[in-house]
Order: sequence, then C-alpha cells, then structure tokens
Amino acid sequence: MKLREVKEILNAEVIVGEDKLDMEVKTAFGADLMSDVLAFAKAGSILLTGLTNDQVIRTADILDIAAIVLVRGKKANTETISLAKDLKIPIMTTKYILFETAGRLYAKGMVGCVEKVDNANARN
Amino acid sequence: MPTQETDHISYQRSFYVEGGNFNYAGTVSTSIKSILKQMDLPNDVVRKSALVSYESEINIVSYARKGVIKLSIYSDIIQIEAIDEGPGIPNIELAMQEGYSTATQQIREMGFGAGMGLYNIKSFSDKFDISSEVGKGTYLKMIINKFSSR
Ligand SMILES: Nc1ncnc2c1ncn2[C@@H]1O[C@H](COP(=O)(O)OP(=O)(O)OP(=O)(O)O)[C@@H](O)[C@H]1O
Ligand SMILES: [Mg+2]
Repeated sequence: MKLREVKEILNAEVIVGEDKLDMEVKTAFGADLMSDVLAFAKAGSILLTGLTNDQVIRTADILDIAAIVLVRGKKANTETISLAKDLKIPIMTTKYILFETAGRLYAKGMVGCVEKVDNANARN
Repeated sequence: MPTQETDHISYQRSFYVEGGNFNYAGTVSTSIKSILKQMDLPNDVVRKSALVSYESEINIVSYARKGVIKLSIYSDIIQIEAIDEGPGIPNIELAMQEGYSTATQQIREMGFGAGMGLYNIKSFSDKFDISSEVGKGTYLKMIINKFSSR
C-alpha cells in the first residue's frame, strides 16, 4: 500500500515527508525497544513506535526504514523533527495505540516484516 | 578471507565518541553509513556495517568514558573497530547473552537496554572479536564481507 493509505487508515497527521506519500510500503515492525528493531526490522518497512527521541530517527536511518509512525498520539520535538528532515525519513503520528495501529494496517493487507522469530533467534 | 596485514587498505578513518553524551549518540554511525553508501557497495553490506557500528557506538556512549570507532576498508572486507576507555566488561560471556543488561533508567528511556546489542553485533558480523579489561576498557572488532553476504 502507499504511505498515503497508511495515513488515511490511521487518521494520521504527517509531521515530515508530505512529499513522500506515494512511496510503496508492504511490511511493518512495531516496538519500543531499539535493539529489537535493530535485530528484526527489514529495510523498506515502516516502524510503529511510541518512542520519539533522536535515536528512533537514527535507528530508522541505519536500517533503511521507509517511514516512522508514532503511536498513542506522540509528537516529536523540533530537533528530532529536523533530524528526520535532514535524513529524509517521513514521520506521521496517529492517536491509535500500538495494538490498534498494527491491527488496522494488518486488516488492510500490511504484514509484519518477519512473521515470527526462528529458533536460532528465539527471544526469552 | 584476506587478513588485514596482507590485504590492501583503501580507506581508513577514526571517529571520536564521547561517553555519556546521548545528544550525539549515533552520529558517528550515520557518518559511517553515508561514507559506505558512496562506495557503491551492496545495500545489505552498508546496512550491516552501519548496524554493528551503531550498536557499538551506543554502548560506548552508554557505558564508557570515551572511545574511538575506526573504519577500515580493504579490498574484500569492511572492518569496524570500537575501542573504548571505560569500566570494561567483567564477564564477556554473560554480556554476550541476549537479555543481559546493566543499562540505567536513562538508557532504557531512550529505547536501549534490551541486552541485545552485543548479540546483534555478533549475528550481523561475518567475523567478530571482543576483548575487555576491567577498569581499562573494551575492544570490539567487526568484519563484514563486501561480497558474499549472509
Ligand atoms: N563498551 C562497554 N563497556 C562496558 N560495558 C559494556 C560495554 N558494552 C556492553 N557492556 C555491558 O554489557 C551489557 C550488554 O551489552 P549489550 O549491548 O548486549 O546490551 P545493552 O547495551 O544492555 O542493551 P541493548 O544493546 O539491547 O540496548 C551492557 O548492559 C553492559 O553491562
Ligand atoms: Mg547495547
């Protein structure tokens, strides 16, 4: 689906990247732990998270994350927003909680960037 | 695999990392990523290199006084070293385990402290070495193959 549809499904407000809404995105990952994002998120996925600091933007940049969706109505501060602009990473914010955000996207055909962890990567 | 002694080095640069200062945490790895991006390497090689650099950088900022991240590019490999002056790691085997963490509340609030960093570094590197001396510091060496990716 297009980023524009993600925006519409989530009733989201675009904070950065209004010009990138035609980008195609197929998979997503949701987490508030950056190391889990680093371990599992795939290039080109969207990241659903409740964290709003610079590290989220840097993590997304390192991993070639397509866009960030801030959940639970979170807003980023001005410095974080300008970092996202510099690194050209779209950000939008939705009032839905993480569970609802994921569910609504999934219902419309978005899937996880990994379905489940394999044994070698099992987390406790 | 070529060793660093015999292989031709084509690029080398060291970056300073300040311990405890989270304002700049990750900036070195962002730079390393953009340097590698300009070198016409496969995307996943760039991504893996940036990722191991980033986890190491966050660890230096989180736990050490100061450190250096050294990027060396050879004909077949990318080598990233993370060398710090700090408390060192008393039990490396334990620290390498998924889930083990001594991260403070401040680190956790930023989304780190899952105890996954060193494990991620090891699994995304083609070759990984770690050594540490308590009271002195920690040394990590990560090698990413340029061509045959995981
Ligand atoms: N450079 C270092 N100097 C001193 N101690 C370190 C260093 N790197 C890691 N450690 C110790 O090893 C533990 C595990 O590190 P690791 O990177 O795997 O997880 P973490 O930093 O706690 O959490 P995460 O990386 O998932 O955000 C740390 O909590 C810390 O106690
Ligand atoms: Mg870590």
